[in-house]
Amino acid sequence: MPVFIQFLCGLLFGAGLIVSDLANPPTLLGFFDIAALATGGWDPTLLFGLIGAVGVTFVGYRIVFARHRPIYAERFELPSATKIDARLLTGAALFGLGWGIAGLCPSPAVTVLGFGGMKAITYATALLGGMFLARTLATHLAARAV
Amino acid sequence: MISDFHPIPALVGGAMIGLASVMLMAFAGRIAGTSGIAQRLFPPYVDNVMPGRIAYLAGLIAAPGAMMLAGLAKSGPQIDAGLPLLLFAGALVGFGSVWGNGCTSGHGVCGIARLSIRSFAAAGTFTAAAMVSTYIVRHVL
Repeated sequence: MPVFIQFLCGLLFGAGLIVSDLANPPTLLGFFDIAALATGGWDPTLLFGLIGAVGVTFVGYRIVFARHRPIYAERFELPSATKIDARLLTGAALFGLGWGIAGLCPSPAVTVLGFGGMKAITYATALLGGMFLARTLATHLAARAV
Repeated sequence: MISDFHPIPALVGGAMIGLASVMLMAFAGRIAGTSGIAQRLFPPYVDNVMPGRIAYLAGLIAAPGAMMLAGLAKSGPQIDAGLPLLLFAGALVGFGSVWGNGCTSGHGVCGIARLSIRSFAAAGTFTAAAMVSTYIVRHVL
């Protein structure tokens, strides 16, 4: 049952990406293209999508965190880091540079696999390769630091 | 190049994304961050919740088919970049999202909703960086 509910969560998330058009690269690139602010073609879809998403999550998390634990797990797994460090900003900058080239961040990159096509498969493969590299590098650095 | 802007579907779709994120926390106690979930397909393996991760990613992949069956998806995405650029961009996005501990879903939605200062910094950084590379690709190259 918990696994099926996680499938439904992914399904709903992906459906939201499609409804909002946020799984479509021109929509993202139209938001990033600030030069279009002057010429009138700027696309605020990402802003509206994030307002809807963050608004619902902000309220919903408060209701959920009022409980002691999740329904099917021992505890809430939340990030413990609180400091802004160079690694956070470097990673975010590299991620953003790639995002602005293709217009696909990880959630849409996985979702568009469902539409099929060579481009979607190529992009998702490169994405997973980059993740594997970073995860492996991070593990080695952590092992050396001990 | 120019896409249509529809504010109501953008807000509704965003709300669906938010609801999915709240449900994942309520049921599984997990942040709905796609890069965090996908990167843990790779070692090191430190927990035993892999079936849930795979189910979540399978749900994302099943969404286009479900939406097309329901008659709600018009067409597939328009990916203009060629394969070499897609390989380069995909690797950057994959590496950067792991190095920076999150992507648009983890930092941009869940982290900001938790008022995490790291997520505000990351979201501001990756959005600004995306504006730079879009500018370079569209107006410089």
